[in-house]
Amino acid sequence: MYVAVKGGKRAIDNAHRLLAEERRGNKDVPELTLDQIREQMTGAVDRVMTEGSVYDRNLAALAIKQARGDLVEAVFLLRAFRTTLPRFAASQPIDTGKMTVRRRISATYKDLPGGQLLGPTFDYTHRLLDFSLAEETGDHLPPADTAPADVGRAMPRVLDQLDREGLIESEVPTDNIEPGDLTRDPLSFPVDRSVRLQNLARGDEGFLLALAYSTQRGYGRNHPFAGEIRMGEVAVEIVPEELGFPIEIGEITVTECEMVNQFSGSAEAPPQFTRGYGLVFGQQDRKAMSMALVDRALRARELHEEIEAPAQDEEFVMYHSDAVEAQGFVQHLKLPHYVDFQSELELIRRLRSSFQGQAPAPAAAE
Amino acid sequence: MNSGSTAPLLSVSGLSHYYGAITGCCGVSFDLWPGEVIGVVGESGSGKTTLLNCISGRMAPTVGKVEFCTRTEGLADIYRMSEAERRMLMRTDWGFVHQNPRDGLRMGVSAGANIGERLMAVGARHYGEIRDTANDWLGKVEFNLDRMDHLPSTFSGGMQQRLQIARNLVTGPRLVFMDEPTGGLDVSVQARLLDLLRELVTDLGLSAIVVTHDLAVARLITQRLMVMRQGEVVETGLTDQVLDDPQHPYSQLLVSSILQV
Amino acid sequence: MDTISQSPDNFHAASGSYNFAYLDEQTKRMIRRALLKAITIPGYQVPFGGREMPLSYGWGTGGIQVTASVIGPEDILKVIDQGADDTTNAVSIRSFFAKTTGVETTTETAEATLIQTRHRIPETPLREDQVIVYQVPIPEPLRWLEPRETETRKMHGLAEYGGMHVRLYEDITRYGKIATSYDYPVIVNGRYLMRPSPIPKFDNPKMDQNPALQLFGAGREKRIYAVPPYTSVKSLDFEDHPFEIQTWDQDCAICGSTDSFLDEVITDDAGGRMFVCSDTDYCGQRMAAHDASDETETNQ
Repeated sequence: MYVAVKGGKRAIDNAHRLLAEERRGNKDVPELTLDQIREQMTGAVDRVMTEGSVYDRNLAALAIKQARGDLVEAVFLLRAFRTTLPRFAASQPIDTGKMTVRRRISATYKDLPGGQLLGPTFDYTHRLLDFSLAEETGDHLPPADTAPADVGRAMPRVLDQLDREGLIESEVPTDNIEPGDLTRDPLSFPVDRSVRLQNLARGDEGFLLALAYSTQRGYGRNHPFAGEIRMGEVAVEIVPEELGFPIEIGEITVTECEMVNQFSGSAEAPPQFTRGYGLVFGQQDRKAMSMALVDRALRARELHEEIEAPAQDEEFVMYHSDAVEAQGFVQHLKLPHYVDFQSELELIRRLRSSFQGQAPAPAAAE
Repeated sequence: MNSGSTAPLLSVSGLSHYYGAITGCCGVSFDLWPGEVIGVVGESGSGKTTLLNCISGRMAPTVGKVEFCTRTEGLADIYRMSEAERRMLMRTDWGFVHQNPRDGLRMGVSAGANIGERLMAVGARHYGEIRDTANDWLGKVEFNLDRMDHLPSTFSGGMQQRLQIARNLVTGPRLVFMDEPTGGLDVSVQARLLDLLRELVTDLGLSAIVVTHDLAVARLITQRLMVMRQGEVVETGLTDQVLDDPQHPYSQLLVSSILQV
Repeated sequence: MDTISQSPDNFHAASGSYNFAYLDEQTKRMIRRALLKAITIPGYQVPFGGREMPLSYGWGTGGIQVTASVIGPEDILKVIDQGADDTTNAVSIRSFFAKTTGVETTTETAEATLIQTRHRIPETPLREDQVIVYQVPIPEPLRWLEPRETETRKMHGLAEYGGMHVRLYEDITRYGKIATSYDYPVIVNGRYLMRPSPIPKFDNPKMDQNPALQLFGAGREKRIYAVPPYTSVKSLDFEDHPFEIQTWDQDCAICGSTDSFLDEVITDDAGGRMFVCSDTDYCGQRMAAHDASDETETNQ
C-alpha cells in the first residue's frame, strides 16, 4: 500500500534519538549538570519556574537541560509535570512586608524608611561583552560590600505610606473571597482580579513586555510610577487541618512590583492613585513590572475607564498570554492537514473552472 | 395594524437618565400613535440622543418606563422583557437608522447580504427569494441595482444611507428610530434622501421617531415635534405649529436662528 | 530530589506511578460531569477545567482528555489522524494510551469500541456500541463573526444564528456555490449551532442520526460538546442551494472505491498524481476482501 506520505512509529523513535544527540552536542565537551544550570543560569531558572507555575529550582534546571535551553519548551515540560502533582494544601498569602530584602528601589521617593537597596542588578552595568568571562576565572571574584545594616532592617512597603494618607486606593480586602484557579476551572468572563493576576504571572514574558510597552506608548495610557520593586526571600506558610495554626514550610525568592498610577476619579470614586501589581518567582524585574502595568490596564472596566487598547481588553490579553497554549496552536499547523487541504483543492479547482468556463480540472467533478 | 388606534404604539413615561451626577435627560413622557412621526429637536447636548438610546432599547434609563405595543401581548415594558425578546423586537418590529451608515451596516459583506441579513435572522432560507426581496427594497430606495453585489465601502455616503434604510425596512418594522438620518451628507444629497424618506413614511404608513438638529428635516417628515433643552422637553406640539408659532423662548430662539441662516 | 525521577523524560520508567489513562480520578470525574451535561444538551459547548497534558495544545489535548475520561480496561482503541492510523500524531497518541492504560489497540474500525479522530469520520459505518472522540481546535462556530466569547455565548443562548447564513449568502453570490469545504457548520437537534471540527464536509452527513455516541474535546479552549446517538445533525444551507458533498472523477487508485474521501498524492514533479482513500483501514479492508474473493474464484 502507498504509505510514503505517512509517518510512523519508527520515524518518531528516530526523531527522539536525533533530538537526544542534538541536546548532548559534541561529546568532547563535558555534559551540563543540573547544579550548573541551577546556580549559573538563574535568569532562565526563574523564568521557567514562574511561567511553569512550579517553584522548584532543580526541576526547572532539568526542564531547561531537557529542552536544550528552549525556555518556552522548558515551561511546557514543567507545566505537564505540575498537572500530575497532588495538592496537599493551599498556602497562606505570603507577606512581602516581612521579606528578607536583597533589593528594593522606589522611583517615587528619594529616600524612605529602610532606604533604597540596589542589590544584584543589570541596571547600571555597561552592556559591554566581558571577555574575561570567556575564561573560567569567576571563582576569584572579591565578595561585594554590603552595609551591615542592610540585613534585617525594617522596610515598610512604599504604597502603605500612601494608603495611610488616603491618597491611593485601599486594596479591597479579599479575606472571604476564595481566589480563583485557572488551572482547575475554565475562564469565564468577566474574571476576578485574582484570576487575572494568576494568568499574568504564568503569561509569556515577551507578550507581557510588549503589551506593557504599548500602554506607555499611548495604547491604554495609565501614567505609571514604579512605586516599589523589591526582591528577596519570603516565608511560605500553610495551616495543616490537624494543627489549625500556620507553620512555615519553606522560603521562596520573589520579585514584587507595585506601580502607582494616576487616576482622575469617576462618578463613584474621588481622584486618587490606583495600583498595578506584579509578582514573580526569583529575580525578574522586567516581568514583574510588565505584569504590574498590564494588571493596571486590565482594571479599566472596574475603574470605569474607556476600553480602547489591546492591553485593557481582558479577553484579548488572557486568551493570548499563555506561551504554552500559543506555541501549541501555532505549531499544530505542522500536523497533517491533508484532508482539509484536499477539500480546499477540490473547491478551488471547481471555482476556477467555473470562473474560466473551461473543462473541469482533473479533480473537479460534479 | 392589529392594535388599531386605541392604544399607542410606544408609550414613554417619566423617563430620566443620569450619567453619574450629570443629567442626560429628565422626566420625559409622551405617546407615539401608529402611523405617526415624531421629531425630537434641540442643539447638541440637549439630551435628544440619550432619549433616543433609552427608548430604542439600547440603554436602560435610570428611572421611567418605555412600553411598546407588541404584536402578541399589547403594551409591554421593553426593559422588563427578556433580552431575547428585546433583541427579537430590535431585528423585526424595530429599525434603527444611524447617522453614520457605517454604524448600521455590515461593511464586510455585499449590499444584498446587508439587506438579507435581517431576513435570514428571522428564518428566511431561500436564497433566490432573499435576493428578490433585497432587490425590491433596493429599488424602493432608488439604489443602483447593478451594485447589489458590491461592498458598502465602495458606495457614496448617500448610497450607504439608502442601503441602511432598506436594510431596516426589509422586515416590515412597525417603528423606526432615526438619528440625524441626513446628517453628514451634501445638501443636494440630503434633499433627495429627505424626499425619499417622506415618500416611504407616507407609502408604508411608518411610525418613526426622528432625532435631528435640522428643523428643515423636522418640517418635511414629522407631524409632531418635541423641543429639548438641557435634558428636558420644553415644548411639544404639531410640527407646523411649533415651527411657525413657537411658545417657549428656547424654541423661539431655535426657530429664529435657523431661519436666519 | 526524588521527584526528578518522575519527570516526563523518565516517563517510561515512571509510568507505573501515573494513574490509569494518565489523568487522576478527580479530573476524570470532572470531565465526565461535563460530558454528561454535553450529552443532555446536544451541540452545546460545556466549559470544563481542562488540564495541561504532556502534549502540545492544538495537538489533541481535548480529545485525549475526553478519551482518558471514558476509556476502560476492556476498551479497544483506534486512533486516526486524517483518516489514517499511521500518521505521526495518531501513532503518538495511540502509544500514549497504550503506555498509560495497557488497553488493546486496533486499526480496524469495526473492531474498535473507542475511536479518537482528527479531521475524519471513518468510512465504515459506526455502531451503537462505539464511541467516537473528535479533537477540536476551535469549538466556536460563530468565531469568524464575533471574536468575543462573552458575545458568542449570548448569541448561542438566544439562537441568533442569522449571521452564519450571511456568509453562505455571500459565497453563493460570489462563487455561485457555498465555498466552505471543511469544518462546515451544523445545527444539532434543531437548536445549537456546532462546529463539527475540521472534518471535510464529505463527512457531515455521517454525523446525522449516527448510532454511535460522538464526543468533542477542545483542550486549549476548554470546551466539551457532544452529539448523542440518533440525533439530527443538519448542515446549514439554503432551500434552493442545498448542502452537497465533495465528489471525485477518479476512483481510489488502490482499492477502486468510488464512494470514499480521496487524498491526492503527488507522484512526480511533472504534475503526476494519484487519488487514494484517506481512510487507510477502509482501503485495506476492501483490498483484503478483494483478495479473498479472488482466492475463492481461483479455488472454484
